[in-house]
Amino acid sequence: MELTSNAPAGPIEKSWETHKFGLKLVNPANKRKHKIIVVGSGLAGGAAAASLGELGYNVHCFCFQDSPRRAHSIAAQGGINAAKNYHNDGDSVYRLFYDTVKGGDFRSREANVYRLAQVSVNIIDQCVAQGVPFAREYGGLLDNRSFGGAQVSRTFYARGQTGQQLLLGAYQALERQIGLGAVKMYPRTEMLDVIVSDGKARGIVTRSLTDGKVDVHFGDAVVLATGGYGNVYYLSTNAKGCNATAIWRAYKRGALLANPCYTQIHPTCIPVAGDYQSKLTLMSESLRNDGRIWVPQQPGDKRNPASIPEGERDYYLERRYPSFGNLVPRDIASRAAKAECDAGHGVGPTGLGVYLDFSDAIKRLGKHKIAERYGNLFEMYDRITGENPYEVPMRIYPAIHYTMGGLWVDYNLMSTIPGLFVLGEANFSDHGANRLGASALMQGLADGYFIIPYTIGNYLANTKSETYSEDAPAAKDAVANVTAITQKLLNANGKRTVDSYHRELGKIVWEYCGMARNAAGLKKAIGMIDELREDFWKNVRVLGANEEFNQSLEKAGRVADFFELGELMCLDALNRNESCGGHFREEYQTPEGEALRDDANFSYVAAWGFQGQGRPPSLTKEPLAFNYVKPSQRSYK
Amino acid sequence: MKLTLHVWRQKNAQDRGRMFRYEVPGVNEHMSFLEMLDVLNERLIEKGEDPIAFDHDCREGICGMCGMMINGKAHGGFKGTTVCQLHMRHFKDGDELYLEPWRAAAFPVIKDLAVNRSSFDRIIAAGGFISVPTGSAPDGNAIPVRKLDADLAMDAAACIGCGACVAACPNSAAALFVGAKISHLAHLPQGQPERDRRALAMIRQMNREGFANCSNIGECEAACPKEIKLEVIAQSNADYIKAAFTERPETAIGGAG
Ligand SMILES: Cc1cc2nc3c(=O)[nH]c(=O)nc-3n(C[C@H](O)[C@H](O)[C@H](O)COP(=O)(O)OP(=O)(O)OC[C@H]3O[C@@H](n4cnc5c(N)ncnc54)[C@H](O)[C@@H]3O)c2cc1C
Ligand code: SF4
Ligand code: FES
Repeated sequence: MELTSNAPAGPIEKSWETHKFGLKLVNPANKRKHKIIVVGSGLAGGAAAASLGELGYNVHCFCFQDSPRRAHSIAAQGGINAAKNYHNDGDSVYRLFYDTVKGGDFRSREANVYRLAQVSVNIIDQCVAQGVPFAREYGGLLDNRSFGGAQVSRTFYARGQTGQQLLLGAYQALERQIGLGAVKMYPRTEMLDVIVSDGKARGIVTRSLTDGKVDVHFGDAVVLATGGYGNVYYLSTNAKGCNATAIWRAYKRGALLANPCYTQIHPTCIPVAGDYQSKLTLMSESLRNDGRIWVPQQPGDKRNPASIPEGERDYYLERRYPSFGNLVPRDIASRAAKAECDAGHGVGPTGLGVYLDFSDAIKRLGKHKIAERYGNLFEMYDRITGENPYEVPMRIYPAIHYTMGGLWVDYNLMSTIPGLFVLGEANFSDHGANRLGASALMQGLADGYFIIPYTIGNYLANTKSETYSEDAPAAKDAVANVTAITQKLLNANGKRTVDSYHRELGKIVWEYCGMARNAAGLKKAIGMIDELREDFWKNVRVLGANEEFNQSLEKAGRVADFFELGELMCLDALNRNESCGGHFREEYQTPEGEALRDDANFSYVAAWGFQGQGRPPSLTKEPLAFNYVKPSQRSYK
Repeated sequence: MKLTLHVWRQKNAQDRGRMFRYEVPGVNEHMSFLEMLDVLNERLIEKGEDPIAFDHDCREGICGMCGMMINGKAHGGFKGTTVCQLHMRHFKDGDELYLEPWRAAAFPVIKDLAVNRSSFDRIIAAGGFISVPTGSAPDGNAIPVRKLDADLAMDAAACIGCGACVAACPNSAAALFVGAKISHLAHLPQGQPERDRRALAMIRQMNREGFANCSNIGECEAACPKEIKLEVIAQSNADYIKAAFTERPETAIGGAG
C-alpha cells in the first residue's frame, strides 16, 4: 500500500486556502440527506457534531458516558495555544508552526501543523463568542500564560479548568443542535465495530451500556473522535473510561494505525501512593511557570524540604537548560526527573518524586496571586495528598498522559478506509513524537470546528449514497463479531478479575515501553503480553449477562483490545531504532543523555496494518519532508 | 481500618431495590472513596457476587459523573469535594456508612448507585447556550469583558452537572444547576442577546422534567462540590421574571426579498 498524504504542494502559507477551494461542496438542500456518524463527544467529536449539524447534515453522535459533557476533554487544566500575538512578544502563525514541528522532534507532517497554527486564532474567537469565560486582564482583554517548549505567552486559559470550559462551549453548541433536531445523541452507547462495505466505511455497530442491546447504525461517513489510548498503562492521567476500542476495531477492519509507540509522559503528576491506586492525577504544566523543580544534591537526603538549605538543592532543569529552565518540553522534563530519581536524589516515601516549589513565587507575587492562578490545583493536591502546597513543596513524578500515535489520516483527516475520518487525540497527525502543552485542545477543536466540516463535504459530494438493510453481509458480520466477543468474555468464567489483568498489563507496558525503552526489554515485553493475554481469555471472570448494565463486561472488552494494542506499541518501539520525542531508546542517546534521532533512516511515519489474528502486522512508511523547519538536534539549553 | 457499608442494591429501573450490608476490612487512609469501593468490588467478584455499580470517569472532580449519598449527604458532605476526590483519611475504623443513589423523580435509577441524569442535558438543549454558528465569531478581543464579570461568569460556569444539588434538596429542585448556567452566560456581553429567551426556555424545561420548585432552603449550596452560590438562583429568578413580563410573540414573519 502507498500512503498519500494529499497535502497540497506549493507555499505552505497558502496550502489550506488552496486546498479548501479545491474541495467539492454539498448542495445545502442535499445535506440533510447525508447521515454522518460521529463517535465521541469530546472537543473533537463535540465540535464536529455541532458544526456538521449546523451545516444541515443529519448527524448521529455517540458517547459512552451518560452525557456528552463528560468526555475526557473536560479534565484538561492548563490551557489552549493560539498564535494571536496579543502580547506583542513576537508570536506568529509561523512561530507556533515552528515550535510545534520542533517540539514534535521532526516527526510530524509540516502541512498539517501549519494549518493547525493558522486556524488556532479562529478557535479563540469561536470560544469567546460561545461564552467561554477565559481569564481576562483588568483592561478587559484576554490574558495569556506560557507553556513548555515556547518562549512566548500564547496560552489562553480559564483558571485551571480550560478543558472543562472549552468542552462546555462545544457541548452547549451540540445540545443546541440536539434541541433543534439536527443531531441525535446516543449517550451510554459504545461503538464496538465499524461496518466496511465495498471498501468504504458505511456505519457502526454499538452496544447500549444500559441494557446491552446491540444495534446497527448506517451512515454515509463515520467520524471517530474517541480520544487517546493512555489507559493501556492502567495508571495514567486519563479518565477511567478512556479506551482504544473504537480505533482498535477500526484497525482490525483495515485502517492503518500510525506511530503507536509515541506516547507522552507528563512530568508533573502526583506520585503513586499504593497498589490500590486506580489512576494518577496531573498537576498542570502551567505550574512550571511559577514553580521551581529541585531535588536534594545529596542522594538519599531524607530531611524535610524546608530544612535543606538553598546551597544543597539542585534546580536541575535550570542548571541543565538555562534558556528554557523549568519550561523545557515534557519529554525532556520527564526524563530528567527519572534520571534524578534513578541516581538516588528522589524524594518522598517511595523515592520516586521531585519537588515543585512555589515558595519563591509566593514571596515575589504574594499568596493571593498564586491562588488566583492555581488555586484549584493546589486544593486538588491538598485533597489527594493531605499536604498544603502553599507551605510545603509539591512532590511530583512523571506519568503517562497523552498518546501521539493513532489512526493514520491524510490531510483531509481521512483514514485508509474511505469514509472513515479520525479527529482529535484518536488520530496520529500534528504532534509528531512529542506534543507541546496546550496544543491537544487546539488540535481537537481545529479538527472538529474548522477542518472536518470542509473535508467531509468533499468526500460526500464524491461518493454515492447507498441504502443498506441490516441483512447486508458487512452489517451481519460486524454484529456477529461483536456478539462473539461478548459471549467469549462472559463464557470464560475463570478466576481473575478484569482489573487485575489490566493492572498487570499496565505494569509491563510502563516498565518496558514507558519512559525508556531498549530492544531486549521490548522483546521481553512482547512475550509477556502474549502470555498474559492468553491467560486472560481462559481465566478472566466477568459476571452477569450482556442484557444489563454490566460495568465488568464494558471493561473486559476494552482490556482485551489493550492487550493487542500494547503488543503493537512494543513492536513499533522495537522497529524505531532511534530516540525521538517521547520515544527514548536507551541505545540511541547523545553523550549528554539527550534523544538521538536518526533522520537518514527514520524520518517517516510508521503505519501498521492488521493482517489477521496471530499474524505479524504490515508496516507501511509515509516519508516525511521538511521544507520549512530544518531538522536539527533539539536544543533547549 | 475496617468499615461496614450498607449499600443500595437495585438490579435495574424496574427492580424495587434494598440495602445490603458489607464488611470492608483493610481500608487504607490514602485510598479515595471510589478506590475503597473498587477494592470491595474486586472481593465481591472473587466471591462470585455481582459488583456494585456506580458511575465515575475522571476521578478528578471535574467530569461530574460520580455521585452518591453517603449517610444522607450528597458526595459525603465534605466542603468542595466530589465523592471521587474524597479520601478515606476522613473516616475512622469501625465507621458504618449508608450508600444510596441520588433520589429524585427526574433521576431514575439505572442500577445500584447509578442514575439517569439526561434531564439535565435536555434543560441545556432548551436554551443553555449562545447561538454562534461555527466560523461566524468576531475577534476574541473585539469586546472587552470586565475582569470581575469574567470571574463571576467563571464561578458559575464551574458547575459540573453532577446533580448533587437536586439530591440534597428536599424538593428535588434543580434551581442551582439551572441558575449556574443562566448566571454564567448572563455575566458576559456575549450572553445578552438571548438572555431572556434562555431563562424562559431553561426554566420551563426544568418544570417539564419534573423538578419541583425552589423554596430557598439552601441545602443545594451546602452540597455543591463546586461551591456554586445561591445567588445564581436569585439571578436566574430575576431574569425569568423580567423575561416573563416582557415576553412578546415573535414578529416579522418572513424576510425581505
Ligand atoms: C488530565 C489531563 C489534562 C490535560 N490538559 C491539557 C491542557 O491543558 N491542554 C491541552 O491542550 N491538552 C490537555 N490534555 C490533553 C487533551 O485534554 C486531550 O488530548 C483532548 O481533550 C482529547 O480530546 P478528544 O476530543 O480527542 O477526546 P476525548 O475528550 O477523550 O473524547 C473521547 C470521546 O469519545 C467517546 N468514546 C470513546 N470510545 C468510544 C466508543 N468505543 N464508543 C462510543 N464513544 C466512545 C467518549 O465517550 C468521549 O465522548 C490533557 C489531558 C489530560 C488527561
Ligand atoms: S450546581 Fe453544584 S451540585 Fe448542582 S450540578 Fe452543578 S456542580 Fe453539581
Ligand atoms: S469521577 Fe469525574 S467528578 Fe468524580
